[in-house]
Amino acid sequence: MSKLKNMKQTTKTSIFTYALVIAAYLVIQALLGRGMLSRSTQGQLVPICCYIVMALSLNLVVGVSGELSLGHAGFMSVGAFSGAVAAVSLEGMVGSPALRLAIAMVAGAALAAVAGVIVGVPALRLQGDYLAIVTLAFGQIIVNILQCVYAGVDGGGLHFNFLDPELHMTNGTPIISGPKGTVSVTKISSFTAGFVLVLISLFVILNLVNSRSGRAIMAVRDNRIAAESVGINVTKYRLMAFVTAAALAGAAGALYGLNYSSVAPVKFDYNQSILVLVFVVLGGLGNMWGSIIAAAFLTILPEAMRGFEDYRMLVYAIVLILVMLATNNDNLKALLGRLIPRRKGAADNG
Amino acid sequence: MAEKKQFEKGKMVPVPSVSIIPERDLDKTPILECSHLGIDFGGLTAVNEFNITVGRTEIAGLIGPNGAGKTTVFNLLTKVYQPTRGTILLDGLDTHGKTPAQINRMGIARTFQNIRLFNNLSVEDNVKIGLHNQEKYSMFSGILRLPKYWRQEKAAHERALELLSIFNMEDLADHQAGSLPYGAQRRLEIVRALATNPSLLLLDEPAAGMNPSETAELMENIVKIRDTFQIAIMLIEHDMSLVMGICEGICVLNFGQIIAKGTAEEIQSNPTVIEAYLGKQQEGGTD
Repeated sequence: MSKLKNMKQTTKTSIFTYALVIAAYLVIQALLGRGMLSRSTQGQLVPICCYIVMALSLNLVVGVSGELSLGHAGFMSVGAFSGAVAAVSLEGMVGSPALRLAIAMVAGAALAAVAGVIVGVPALRLQGDYLAIVTLAFGQIIVNILQCVYAGVDGGGLHFNFLDPELHMTNGTPIISGPKGTVSVTKISSFTAGFVLVLISLFVILNLVNSRSGRAIMAVRDNRIAAESVGINVTKYRLMAFVTAAALAGAAGALYGLNYSSVAPVKFDYNQSILVLVFVVLGGLGNMWGSIIAAAFLTILPEAMRGFEDYRMLVYAIVLILVMLATNNDNLKALLGRLIPRRKGAADNG
Repeated sequence: MAEKKQFEKGKMVPVPSVSIIPERDLDKTPILECSHLGIDFGGLTAVNEFNITVGRTEIAGLIGPNGAGKTTVFNLLTKVYQPTRGTILLDGLDTHGKTPAQINRMGIARTFQNIRLFNNLSVEDNVKIGLHNQEKYSMFSGILRLPKYWRQEKAAHERALELLSIFNMEDLADHQAGSLPYGAQRRLEIVRALATNPSLLLLDEPAAGMNPSETAELMENIVKIRDTFQIAIMLIEHDMSLVMGICEGICVLNFGQIIAKGTAEEIQSNPTVIEAYLGKQQEGGTD
């Protein structure tokens, strides 16, 4: 017990976050075993895992690195489409669906990381509002590009086409069909795979944050000029956070894409990006377990209130405004500070 | 004559330095040499013809009335601003075209007039960020927690506490930097700058907001830092007791120009300096 007391605050938070995820997994597995979950809830399990990973990775950009990115769903779509191509084309060669899913997620992460570098290198020269505008534009551009992509696989290998639906295949399977998105995908995503991906994301993000690189990322967020004055390459660390987040979003996208037989590119427009941003803001910037709870809760909520779905975005807007008002309220902040002394220094002052 | 001809062709001619370098540093290359340094903001010349030489273990002072361009000089030395003209040699190496981060790696560390700490991070993390370029493990060994990570993090932790002990701040290691009292924040900034292992430390008003006893302690500590780390320190300060007490060479700046250079005694009796600070003495006027 004394060992637990001597632990650093960050270590305690990390352990709590892992415990939260593992406990939630075990509870859901137990419920599944006893058949206590409805079909619609079961169908939500994989998307919840995807959104948790999306929220965690966006939190790395918005909360830890301090950059407002509004195009995170763009990386998810890159992952979803490349993951689908990888999974379908390997169907004959790799028998095990779990292994195929793993390969698809790695492929999705790799291509999303490439997209992250392509967007990040020019965009991260900008700051604040300008970066937000560029990432918002990227999110829309990628959707429009994907609507023009046609891909399929036959005995001769992969066929790609841009704007032209005719793929000239012999007995081939189409994989991506323009505005229709992915078609004829075998569902291979599973809740356990989602759980493993959430754990991997947590492992990557928490370990990164508590290392030399993570400290440099947070230093740039807190004070850019001071970070430069102690010899930190600002662009490198902003890019590191951005690309890591893009890769994780790509893996989440692959998992998401392989959970449905068909996913259209419009699914990944700016609404999706804002949705993930809402998870991050509601969960708390830089607070990983907060993101997990917010993502899970807000994904279940609309499903639980099916008839209420028309008003979902309205409710989000109202909730967002309320949260912003609440977090900027000095009285409330002082009250919370007194209730939860997060650091020694805060407790001394409060 | 030959020298003059070269100058007309636009080549850089070494200027004979009028700075006083402490005797112990005379036989070594100076740590900092600025010649003809200047910067214009639009049509306004903020600093002009700034020539200074700082010895290896010298404590140098930069003083002048408000708005004289003292902080601008620091920003030029650390390349926050790129100079319009002139050269800066650090340990004999030209710093032309370098970024602020590269300048720090070359050996200049600084503090800021308006404190710039990483407010949301702990005191220890602030110092560890100063140690950033001395820790040598990649992002992947950090994520995968390879043995290299544990070894270097342990070393960084010990080094951070050692550096904090200069100002007896080890007990504050877990506190949030932004919640520290003002004086402690100033001291933490100095510790963070020292953590980058500089050969020249620039302190921008280190005693601002400190009471006389804190200032006296700070003076002792600045000398202690120079003696233990064997580095040069250049400071901007309005507290004359500190400047006159510990600076071996003092440079006075007014309207972006150096108006006097010398030891404390020379500066105190220099009529131009007195005029810059107190205004022209009227004939028959009183103090």
